[in-house]
Amino acid sequence: MSLTIHDLRKRSSSYLPGSAACPGCGATIAFRIASRVLGPNTVYVIPACCSSIIQSPYPRSAFSAPVLNFAFAAAAAAASGVYRAYKFQGRDVNVVVWAGDGGTVDIGIQALSGAAERGEDIIYICYDNEAYMNTGIQRSGATPKGAVTKTTPTGKREMPKDMPMIVAAHGVPYVATASVGYPFDLANKLEKAKKIRGFKYIHILSPCPPGWDFPVEKTAELGKLAVDTYFWPLYEIENGKLRITIKPRKRPVKDFLTVQGRFSSLKEEDIEELEKRIMEKWNSLLQLESMERIF
Amino acid sequence: MAEGEWNIITGNHAAALAAKLARVNVVAAYPITPQTTVVEYLASFIESGYMNAEYIRVESEHSAMAAVIGAAAAGARTFTATSSQGLVYMSEVLHWAAGSRAPVGMAVINRALGPPWNIHVDHQDSMSQRDTGWMQIYVSSNQEVLDTIIMMYKVAEHPDVMLPFMVCLDAFVLSHTFMPVNVPRQEDVDEFLPPFRPAWILDPSDPIIYGSLVLPDEEYQEMRWSMDLSMKRALDVMEDVAEEFHEKFGRYHGAAIMKYRMSDAEYVILTSATLASEAEVAVDMMRDEGISVGLLKLRSFRPFPHRDIKESLQGRKGVVVIDRSISFSSGGPIGTEVKSSLYDVSGAPPIVNYISGLGGRDLTYNDVIAMFKDAVSRIASGRVRKPYYWYKLKPEYQRIELAEEVII
Amino acid sequence: MRFEVPIVIPVSKPRKGSSGETGLWRVERPIINESKCIKCWLCWLYCPEEVISEGENGFPVIDLSYCKGCGVCADVCPAKAIEMVREYG
Repeated sequence: MSLTIHDLRKRSSSYLPGSAACPGCGATIAFRIASRVLGPNTVYVIPACCSSIIQSPYPRSAFSAPVLNFAFAAAAAAASGVYRAYKFQGRDVNVVVWAGDGGTVDIGIQALSGAAERGEDIIYICYDNEAYMNTGIQRSGATPKGAVTKTTPTGKREMPKDMPMIVAAHGVPYVATASVGYPFDLANKLEKAKKIRGFKYIHILSPCPPGWDFPVEKTAELGKLAVDTYFWPLYEIENGKLRITIKPRKRPVKDFLTVQGRFSSLKEEDIEELEKRIMEKWNSLLQLESMERIF
Repeated sequence: MAEGEWNIITGNHAAALAAKLARVNVVAAYPITPQTTVVEYLASFIESGYMNAEYIRVESEHSAMAAVIGAAAAGARTFTATSSQGLVYMSEVLHWAAGSRAPVGMAVINRALGPPWNIHVDHQDSMSQRDTGWMQIYVSSNQEVLDTIIMMYKVAEHPDVMLPFMVCLDAFVLSHTFMPVNVPRQEDVDEFLPPFRPAWILDPSDPIIYGSLVLPDEEYQEMRWSMDLSMKRALDVMEDVAEEFHEKFGRYHGAAIMKYRMSDAEYVILTSATLASEAEVAVDMMRDEGISVGLLKLRSFRPFPHRDIKESLQGRKGVVVIDRSISFSSGGPIGTEVKSSLYDVSGAPPIVNYISGLGGRDLTYNDVIAMFKDAVSRIASGRVRKPYYWYKLKPEYQRIELAEEVII
Repeated sequence: MRFEVPIVIPVSKPRKGSSGETGLWRVERPIINESKCIKCWLCWLYCPEEVISEGENGFPVIDLSYCKGCGVCADVCPAKAIEMVREYG
């Protein structure tokens, strides 16, 4: 029941060429695939993030679906309102939040948590470029440890928040991680989420060439490397049951780190420590996978 | 004329009933004293089936406002309620509602701001949000709460207006006080208030993108100008709607202002909310003493009724404005704006602005009389020396307030 | 006297080339070698700008008015059928 390239080619996305996105932008790859799967019967609520600007300035838009651009902290709350209005009217429309990591794990976390707890029937998609990229590369709660940003010039000292698990702890019916490097995995997860009633959360790793400092053509490759090094495990939690959806043969995390300038300040021992943490996380995911329910 | 049903209810209950009668589709609210019973009534109306609406039990006031804007964007008529900290917490999104031209309805139970905590009547909360683009109507009775909310949906949803509104009622004095209220029948309100027709809508069959980046040489300034123009137009719409309501329901509370015994008055007391009711009593008492005084009750602070103010106050011997909030170092919001309204009007009267009643400091008709007499004596002896005077401070502080050295 | 009240709102409409002819941003342009192309359509799938479509002869074709020259298509092509060639000099 997996989507194939032919299935995807038959559908149109809500993205029009000629946007304001940087060349090689991971977020636009994610949006193209997501909007293709979600279809035209979809309304997007977009808080302040790169996608606010990618849409291009008024009066023209690179997005061809209805979009409510909204204040930074409140996308999930606004989406709750949109959904409830349609519910009152008896209309069946996909209501989707399309937010960056800042508007999700930091300033937007309260509204997200509230919407998740209330079980609003929306899909919350976080495309994660691991920093406040729209404002010029400042660290966020999703920035990995050791990454250089404009506010962490010698490398971030803290581990990032595990947002998918935080959302899963709310007891919602569906949570998944995804990556632009595994587009079919992403497409299948969205196709599944679309059919579930309740609050769904998808967290997509979206590499950012200027923010992560890597050659612009390697966006998709890095999205795949992140998964293949176990830096970004791909899993889904459906009704509390965890399943790892892609189990690649592991590559050393160094392969992922050395392509990116943002990790250039990492020393040998930092990389070793990271490798250790990654394996610990992977092993705990394997253990969780063996349990009937984790949340 | 439509008959309603008499009930003895609190201001909060009246606000909840108004939302139900206005056939609001989506409610999103977060509790805060003394607004809590509004949201509790709404929850019980909806759960019992008495009211047909979606109720979003949001996790904060900021999210409450965000949710109703989202709902309005999808074409719903919406309602929320808050007070004090809740109102100022949602300040960012208040601006967003007005800029979205979403005619959201809100009951604000006026309560003092902290720190320190104070749950009593004070207008600082709504006054501090006067630049958000929201219409603000201050009311003096529970009947007025109910009638005004219904009327303001008609004003706000007028195609020339399309701006959100707050109906402001005093904490505890109205919110928790029982008064007789004639509650209209649903059919009569349905005839009076047509369904909501939004200025724009999120609809997959006709995609639009709202609120993208607007560069300086595109129409950002024009969008703000349009909001200002609509707010001014609302004054006319308010008058028409008040007339219509009067004809249908037999009740008239005024439009932007309500005049009481003003036709031959030499002096005017100008104030709002429940203090205006006290001032009515004060006017009657002073008239019995032979003093030529009237009351101008300011209902609409936004839109500010420049024309009404000018026409009503020109040529008077003196005006006493009483504010229940302070714009620090500048004066009372109402006093300051009334003065600016009369600035280049010939025959502009002397105006004395008092600040009092903050944090629920009790003000009765006796206080109104005291302020009035103080003002008249100052005007007569040329002693209006400060832009505004605080009144009814504790004696050791009032002494400092009145000392000549504290003149700005 | 009643005046006319326009409601001026920030409503944008979908439009291709919303940020102009973004092909002008390019430093390198992709050239597809049809003899190597296996029509897997991965280039189309990954293209961040959605400028790849099916040409008349059934091979992928790139809309150079909007292609930003990022090179992701060349990087993901399993047949190495896309070459990035410098635009100027």
